[in-house]
Amino acid sequence: MSKMRYSRRAVLKGGAAAVAASTLPAPMVWAQEIKNITLRQFGTGVSNLNDVATKVKEDLGFTLEMTALDSDSVTQRAATQPDSFDIADIEYWICKKVWPTGNLQAMDTSKITNYDKIAGTFRSGKLTPESVVAQGTAPHTVGFVDGPGSKTFADTESGWMTLIPTIYNADTLGIRPDLIGRPIESWTELLNPEFKGKASILDISSIGIMDMAMVCEAMGEIQYGDKGNMTKEEIDKTFVIFTEAKQNGQFRAFWKSFDESVNLMASGEVVIQSMWSPAITAVKSRGIPCVYQPLKEGYRSWGGGLGLSSSLSGLELEAAYEYINWYLSGWVGGYLMRQGYYSAVPETSKEFMSDNEWGYWFEGKPATDIITSPTGDELAKAGDVRDGGSFTERMGAVACWNSVMDENQYMVRKWNEFIAA
Amino acid sequence: MGKSRDSIAYFQAAPLMAVLLAFLVVPIGMIFVVSFWGATEFSIYPAFQLDNYAFLFSSPVTYKVFFATFKYAFITWVFTLSIGFTVAYFLAFHVRSQSMQTALFLLCTIPFLTSNIIRMISWIPFLGRNGIANQTLISWGVIDEPLEWLLYSDFSVILAFVHLYTLFMVVPIFNTMMRIDKSLVEAAYDNGASGLQTLWHVIVPLTKPGIMIGTIFVVTLVMGDFITVRFMSGSQKANVGRLISNDIALLQYPSAAATAVVLLCTVLIVIGVLLRFVNIRKEL
Repeated sequence: MSKMRYSRRAVLKGGAAAVAASTLPAPMVWAQEIKNITLRQFGTGVSNLNDVATKVKEDLGFTLEMTALDSDSVTQRAATQPDSFDIADIEYWICKKVWPTGNLQAMDTSKITNYDKIAGTFRSGKLTPESVVAQGTAPHTVGFVDGPGSKTFADTESGWMTLIPTIYNADTLGIRPDLIGRPIESWTELLNPEFKGKASILDISSIGIMDMAMVCEAMGEIQYGDKGNMTKEEIDKTFVIFTEAKQNGQFRAFWKSFDESVNLMASGEVVIQSMWSPAITAVKSRGIPCVYQPLKEGYRSWGGGLGLSSSLSGLELEAAYEYINWYLSGWVGGYLMRQGYYSAVPETSKEFMSDNEWGYWFEGKPATDIITSPTGDELAKAGDVRDGGSFTERMGAVACWNSVMDENQYMVRKWNEFIAA
Repeated sequence: MGKSRDSIAYFQAAPLMAVLLAFLVVPIGMIFVVSFWGATEFSIYPAFQLDNYAFLFSSPVTYKVFFATFKYAFITWVFTLSIGFTVAYFLAFHVRSQSMQTALFLLCTIPFLTSNIIRMISWIPFLGRNGIANQTLISWGVIDEPLEWLLYSDFSVILAFVHLYTLFMVVPIFNTMMRIDKSLVEAAYDNGASGLQTLWHVIVPLTKPGIMIGTIFVVTLVMGDFITVRFMSGSQKANVGRLISNDIALLQYPSAAATAVVLLCTVLIVIGVLLRFVNIRKEL
């Protein structure tokens, strides 16, 4: 849902491009064999990029069909229709829900060329040896299983991976610095009466509850055992605080889609709210100042990866491994990093980015020249620095991962109450 | 003889019945059945359990949300009825030439050629904090500060409902009024009735079937809506439709089905009560 930005038309265009590319002769014998293969991938819009499908056809010779859905539909499809896809591009918390159905197969890490270079976050859970593992569904906790067919997650790097990480980022609050006019440093500001009627959070319960928890904890009101897996008591307390704020008129609106968050911010209805990184870019591209404000309590992070359908076998399975190895080899990583996301194997992406881009996006250095998105929009001028700084500063300050709780159903009911309150 | 005529009649009604059976009765039956099923995080499983209903009837949210739904329906009904009746009355009794009547009536329908959602969303920039409405009022000196309650409030929700659904009131009322024998109005005048008395004792009773049809349209549309409430309240208010859509988004189909069944029964009861007042068959 986060990332349903790609229209059906764009998807069709990509499909058309892929069809056009398929008429070109493939150079190798292996490619001769593989070129009739079509892999069906579905996932959230964020990484279902048509440029990727086109590039796959060019580099690997086979066809990749992409379907972009919102994350609820993605979860549902992965759980209920295993034969409708070959590759699932899902988030880690969705994996936690879907893996027990047995619709995905574990991947042999010895067949992943760049496995050793995958960021520590996805393997040991530690970005650097000193890092503390964040709360919530941290990717490494659902990233491994004991072997093929196993339905429970392994604690260590077992050699069998559930998802191959592809894309991730650290989320925080977006603000309008021009309308606030003072530094914002803490999640508590979301409920600061100063912004009465000018704050917003997202109306997607599983993510909204995390943002709420970040606020309540920052206020010192609640100490959570694990923000990603709250007890009923913790859920109740969190909602008491937010219901009171809602009834006092703290919130202007809640948003559910990407565009709504952009409009709320751009129109000045809201000056502080939970937001996603590309939404900040969209507001900025209208010439309106908007900052993805790093906060002292840390970020709420999310990550996605590619999973293989359990029905894949033979040549198709080989092609899928080929695709995954290609995915981690750098081109896609560079593409995603130039949108402000991170790649699972940052170092391979470096070759596909200019020094200026690498410095700005990854190292947190001031841009030496204009920074543009992969589609050519100007995102930053020379001298600008990325909000939040370098990769290690941002991903090292993750306080919590998107997750699904044991008390999810209870939480959802409380969320409904909150909306109706 | 009689028997074969019967069977021909049944045969003639069969296609319609088949369509209704396949697309109305069976789906509603399915919803009813699923409302007793159970759900996990990612799947639903057949069962016969009353959990969904038990939770629904024990939760204070349900009552609150049903109350809000009735509130929206009632207020919208009051406004659409008064506006709809006035417009229809003007068209039917004040506009004399029939071509003018048709032209004005078509004029009323023009906004309805665009999509529901677009008509609704176009209110948002208009009513916003820095929107046209607030800017105009400030420049007139009526207010000093932008009015916050114009948007993302019950006000904006009801405004959108009234805007969206008034035509459903105008059409049936206008239609009924056109059938009123003009000599009845003249007779009332001749007997010394004032304009108001004629309106109240002659026109309103004769227009009742039209009012009732319009009422049924408006009430069912408002009670079944979820998207207007979501957009115009900025997700801050809830009605039953939103409760259902939230459940669906979270894959809780059985619970959504149970809520839908309760909503369906509620709406049917409301319509049942309405039909006790007026015999709309007279109209059909």
